[in-house]
Amino acid sequence: MALSSSLNRYLLLMAQEHLEFRLPEIKSLLSLFGGQFTSSQETYGKSPFWILSIPSEDIARNLMKRTVCAKSIFELWGHGKSPEELYSSLKNYPVEKMVPFLHSDSTYKIKIHTFNKTLTQEEKVKRIDALEFLPFEGKVNLKKPQHIFSVLEDYGLDPNCIPENPHNIYFGRWIADGQRELIESYSVKKRHFIGNTSMDAGLSFIMANHGKVKENDIVFDPFVGTGGLLIASAHFGAYVYGTDIDYNTVHGLGKASRKNQKWRGPDENIRANLRQYGLEKYYLDVLVSDASKPSWRKGTYFDAIITDPPYGIRESTRRTGSQKEIQKGMEKCPESHVPVSLSYHLSDMFFDLLNFAAETLVLGGRLVYWLPVYTPEYTEEMVPWHPCLKLISNCEQKLSSHTSRRLITMEKVKKFENRDQYSHLLSDHFLPYQGHNSFREKYFSGVTKRIAKEEKSSQE
Amino acid sequence: MKLLTHNLLSSHVRGVGPRGFPLRLQATEVRINPVEFNPDFVARMIPKVEWAALLEAADTLHLVEVPKGPIEGYEHDEKFLRQMHHVLLEVRTGPSLASLATAG
Repeated sequence: MALSSSLNRYLLLMAQEHLEFRLPEIKSLLSLFGGQFTSSQETYGKSPFWILSIPSEDIARNLMKRTVCAKSIFELWGHGKSPEELYSSLKNYPVEKMVPFLHSDSTYKIKIHTFNKTLTQEEKVKRIDALEFLPFEGKVNLKKPQHIFSVLEDYGLDPNCIPENPHNIYFGRWIADGQRELIESYSVKKRHFIGNTSMDAGLSFIMANHGKVKENDIVFDPFVGTGGLLIASAHFGAYVYGTDIDYNTVHGLGKASRKNQKWRGPDENIRANLRQYGLEKYYLDVLVSDASKPSWRKGTYFDAIITDPPYGIRESTRRTGSQKEIQKGMEKCPESHVPVSLSYHLSDMFFDLLNFAAETLVLGGRLVYWLPVYTPEYTEEMVPWHPCLKLISNCEQKLSSHTSRRLITMEKVKKFENRDQYSHLLSDHFLPYQGHNSFREKYFSGVTKRIAKEEKSSQE
Repeated sequence: MKLLTHNLLSSHVRGVGPRGFPLRLQATEVRINPVEFNPDFVARMIPKVEWAALLEAADTLHLVEVPKGPIEGYEHDEKFLRQMHHVLLEVRTGPSLASLATAG
């Protein structure tokens, strides 16, 4: 017997931030738990109400144990553009699917949520009363009900134009809330060890989700900084590695990033950050290394590589060079113990990063990284490409009026064969991005002409 | 660094073994840091281990009770997994950081 398409439909109530990042997060998590993203509506766009089909309630619950983009999930029993449409939709919902949650020994309550409008208590009660036709047999318990049902009324997104009647009304059985509380509990404000560019907690969890991180994975961050991205992966049960070229950050030395602290004490290091959250067992190692010449053994052993490479603005892009290369150009790093540094062109860095990912990721493993762009010149062709890596998503976050960064997620779909095979192929594909080597200059071009001139002369 | 890390690293510096692997260790400073035992994670790591390098490292550091190789049905052998857990994750060698770029 064919199943009706109204079965297994769920309503996700999404948070209204990081809009572009939401759909890739949900898709990645569904695929992590064996589901597939099947949408029951055309587009999601800016709306916080997403209807989708999920094979089972278990998968829905697993999704909610990970997502920081979704607030709650409901088993959708009915919806419509008016109360009448809603009631008729509810009457079409199979009774046998309702009955397990409405029987006489159960307790329940009904909540009314309105979006972009406030209702009086009286108005809310009227709406609950209108649902009397549903076969509720249990007892109402407002404090600790076994089942919670929700009516969600959508009055649009414009607070200056609130309609008389809602655009959409949904009714469903509440199943679970998402993990948005992690954003507060892992807030950078409370973290022991931070740097100038420590990643916002919400985004670090989104990155781990885009990376499909799971328990017992090995996750690597080649530009680990203060380890914020490792924390998110460790929270989801992955064991973590990091490398960075900045001797001071990794050793916990140098100037403090917190006001009123003299220098980074022993407390201020990545291991301490993990310990702060009870995640120390997931700490493998953090090493000083040069990301352009990784010293890892040949083989595939990373399940995910999740990183925020330097953009050359607040943190400089550097790499070590041989004696010969010193003549060409040198950058002064008085605080750093790294002996020789060259300006590391951004396109070279992404070239190295993608090759490294293609070589060391397990098949199916993901690379998640930020790509800085100068918005007026950005085109999709600029996104670095590699024959072994498939582009999964590309999400923009604006940084300033003329710059943004894009969170790129790629998945390894093909075994890596021979580095030389790819090098000449790839260099052509990086030409569009090479213009972005002056990303640093373009970023500052809006500031003052003098500063832009200084940047130009210090770059090779 | 942990021996698991040592096992995954090579060196691009010339004169450090064929293919630049393995990194030479010195028994200067060996510390044992207890780490919570997770059999599933350890079992997952076994196929990634390069045994020759691991045994050489264990020998250099004078470690005892190091399995010589994966045994049949290791996924369910708690004794084996606990020994590997100790060797790979609890033994720490050298200074707390390895500076790989400065060699040579």
